[in-house]
Amino acid sequence: MQVSINVNGTDYNAEVEPRHLLVRFLREDLRLTGTHWGCDTSNCGTCVVLLDGEPVKSCTVLAAMASGHSVRTVEGLEGPDGLDPVQQGFMEEHGLQCGFCTPGMMLTARALLDRNHDPSEEQIREAISGQLCRCTGYLNIVRAVRWAAEHQARAQTESPSQSETAGV
Amino acid sequence: MTVTTSTPVHKGIGGSPLRPDGTLKVTGEFAYSSDLWAEGMLYGSTLRSPHPRARIVRIDTSAAAAMAGVHAVLTSADIPGKKTYGLIADDCPVLAIDEVRYHGEPVAVVAADDLDTARRAAKAIVVEYEVLEPVSDMRRAAFDAESPRVHADRADNIVRYQPVRRGNPDAADLQDRVAVVVTREYEVGMQDQAFLGPESGLAIPTEDGGVDLHVATQWLHVDQEQMAPCLALPPEKVQLTLAGVGGAFGGREDLSMQIHASMLALRTKRPVKMVYDRRESFFGHVHRHPALMKYTHAADADGRLVYAKAQLLLDGGAYASTTDAVVGNAASLGIGPYECDDVLIEAYGLYTNNPPCGAMRGFGAVQACFAYESQMDEVAAALGMDPVEIRRINAVKEGSILPTGQRIEGPAPLREILDELVTMPMPPEPSLPEPGEPEPRTRVPGERWELPPGGYGNTTRGEGVRRGVGYGVGIKNICYSEGFDDFSTARVRLEISGGEPIASVHTAAAEVGQGLVTLQAQIARTELGVDHAVVLPADTQVGSAGSSSASRQSYMTGGAVKTACEAVRMEVIELARRKFPELLSDDESWSDIHLADGALHLGAGVATGARLLARLSDVLGTDVVEATREYHHRRTNPLDPETGQGDSHVQFAMAAHRAVVDVDVELGLVHVVQMDVVQDVGKILNRLSLEGQIQGGTAQGLGLALMEEIQTRDGLVRNPSFTDYLIPTILDMPPLNMRILEFADPNSPYGLRGAGEPPTLSSTPAIVAAVRAACGRPLRRIPLRPEQIALVEGYGDEGGEEDV
Repeated sequence: MQVSINVNGTDYNAEVEPRHLLVRFLREDLRLTGTHWGCDTSNCGTCVVLLDGEPVKSCTVLAAMASGHSVRTVEGLEGPDGLDPVQQGFMEEHGLQCGFCTPGMMLTARALLDRNHDPSEEQIREAISGQLCRCTGYLNIVRAVRWAAEHQARAQTESPSQSETAGV
Repeated sequence: MTVTTSTPVHKGIGGSPLRPDGTLKVTGEFAYSSDLWAEGMLYGSTLRSPHPRARIVRIDTSAAAAMAGVHAVLTSADIPGKKTYGLIADDCPVLAIDEVRYHGEPVAVVAADDLDTARRAAKAIVVEYEVLEPVSDMRRAAFDAESPRVHADRADNIVRYQPVRRGNPDAADLQDRVAVVVTREYEVGMQDQAFLGPESGLAIPTEDGGVDLHVATQWLHVDQEQMAPCLALPPEKVQLTLAGVGGAFGGREDLSMQIHASMLALRTKRPVKMVYDRRESFFGHVHRHPALMKYTHAADADGRLVYAKAQLLLDGGAYASTTDAVVGNAASLGIGPYECDDVLIEAYGLYTNNPPCGAMRGFGAVQACFAYESQMDEVAAALGMDPVEIRRINAVKEGSILPTGQRIEGPAPLREILDELVTMPMPPEPSLPEPGEPEPRTRVPGERWELPPGGYGNTTRGEGVRRGVGYGVGIKNICYSEGFDDFSTARVRLEISGGEPIASVHTAAAEVGQGLVTLQAQIARTELGVDHAVVLPADTQVGSAGSSSASRQSYMTGGAVKTACEAVRMEVIELARRKFPELLSDDESWSDIHLADGALHLGAGVATGARLLARLSDVLGTDVVEATREYHHRRTNPLDPETGQGDSHVQFAMAAHRAVVDVDVELGLVHVVQMDVVQDVGKILNRLSLEGQIQGGTAQGLGLALMEEIQTRDGLVRNPSFTDYLIPTILDMPPLNMRILEFADPNSPYGLRGAGEPPTLSSTPAIVAAVRAACGRPLRRIPLRPEQIALVEGYGDEGGEEDV
């Protein structure tokens, strides 16, 4: 069947089998392999992407269900000004070791920070409680998200003055 | 001996520079083995045995081979060379030969145009089995002469029996000193490494008839060594490159799809990719040995151990894998880091028709640690002593003699570790809701995350919640033991590029997530005084680095990189001496030259009056200096097969945990409130990476204590999925406070101690001890189950004898 999915800002029109999962479409058809496949049973969360801004396990979404919607993957996190604060935070705070869970963790963190600029440790823990990491024991993941929150806040308090300057 | 603190060098040893692979990993560009792709590649799939033990009467591949899109269907008859492989004994068939010995054993492999076709074709292979009674009880495997033998060509089901005898625990004169004797039985379930990146790789046939394999593994050269004879190729025609590794923890030490994909690629002359799904992954790698352990500890009235006896049965499953070495660890470290002159330890590694077991973080030391730490608590309780105090009294120290007769060289600061641990702050006391206050699960998360045991599922008001505190200590051998020379090789190159000196490091060492790539660059920066250090991809174009296991890579590959850098440095100085002999006056020595900040200095540092002699760019010019060096640790010896005596280990590392838990004693649910850990690492090379290892190791120990078990019945695996095999989520993982001690080892590079495994050992017994303290039950089997805690008296603790 024909689907039209916006992935990281680009519209993709593609022919997929109705049974194909979104994770398969991303990995196999678009070769966006930053979205990982770790368990087949919707437990691990290494396949988390943002569907219209909300984190979803892309192994629980059919490609057909994403048609007409926008998908953001790890490949779409980096902005024109460089790495997203979440990406930088995972590096700065050693929030990753093998890194297999990292894209899914970062996208969940991005969605959290989009609706809550200053999440508490408890809120961060709750946000990623549906995803598994086997290397880190999660503690540095929490720190990474906090790092992102703090640096994002700093960037946002700086940016209005910059735009004012640009306006002048 | 004093506790030292590190002075970080910019991006060098002691600093915490960012991971060089970090950018690729956060942008999604890092290519894991499951992400690989080649033009025209086929997909492989594996047909596995549904039975734990059966004779193969007939295999008919004709229907599968006739399917459209199928390019090859191979069975054991198609193996080009040797039909078996193995890390220590080569008893594991590449594909089952006449018989299957465990549930999930590979029987045939298929290559097809796409994965769906490959899987369908595998299912279309007809295998007629004559099902046999499996050997699934390790006690029977060990001691029942009537038990079937898993391998008919062997006299029994024992992979290795290793006793350790020191003194005589049965000596009559010891009995006068004995105040308490505690005999208990313990059981450890089968833990899985549960790395998130599934087994996968891409085999590409080469023009010269060989194969290039890109794969996630822990030791490229031992893969090559096992693969080449089976493929009937000389080793140089089997080249391996490390693909991105999504975690390992021991589970990638044995081969999985390496030979299968290569066979298919050689047969079809096309690239072949294989990726296991999660279910297949549970069958596709070895697990941690389940253990049945019977321990007797006797102590005098002061709490000093008088004698100890231990019998450990370790279920190795159908094939030997590394069971031999796991037994060696369990035997030699069988009573832990405690002094005792009269000891008998008997460790057995067994063949059964259960899933094969081999390496997992902690490697034989984990199982023993659960038993000996539980025993220390039992002895303390029998004497009315504090659990920390009994460990202090019996703690090993520098110069202590282990039951194997090995003397501990260098610091062994267990007392210092324990003294530090008890000073760490405790969490606030729990409080029950007052009448009218909401139940705990509905509390708005406040300063601290305090869900009741069971989380949101706990609908009580916390009436059944009791708090407990427990301690655990572990000792782990670092590097390979018992005479094995697990050397590492490094090639280091120094050259000028764009006016700047650049060091490049090439090893075959597997970065599995632990941060070895970061460390290799740190060492090169420190040793060569350069800012820019590049770690090249790991492959078999350079000598072996040994395995990323046994907490050994910082020691061994770190040592190799350091040694190669030293050789490069000497050559650079020699080059300077030849090019610029006037740099030094007659009373100055070329051996006093140091490299720092991209230049040669006379003297060790600017602070001590070092004199800048020349920039590296001027000394090197267009010259390239390169050195390849092997690094070997000091020799060890096998354990005597009768007495278990021998200096078998290179180095020891210790950690201790304190766990604070809330247990709902009516529901049998556990919430770990806080954990504290103290570990001696000799020298901190990279604090961030080190802390990450201790955090992750603690989490895996928590998993073994509370939830992780591959459950088998009559040899059949019952829970091969992440729905049914649980690993800790962030809600299971408590805050972890950490103190790191640096008692330098005089024999190791920089004084370091391997650090990845010790926290996995001590985490488990600390948590179980805390749960025991909360609920008052014996809890001698892990992972703990709610019914052990809450239901019938003694449930799940059938083996334990009552107080002797």
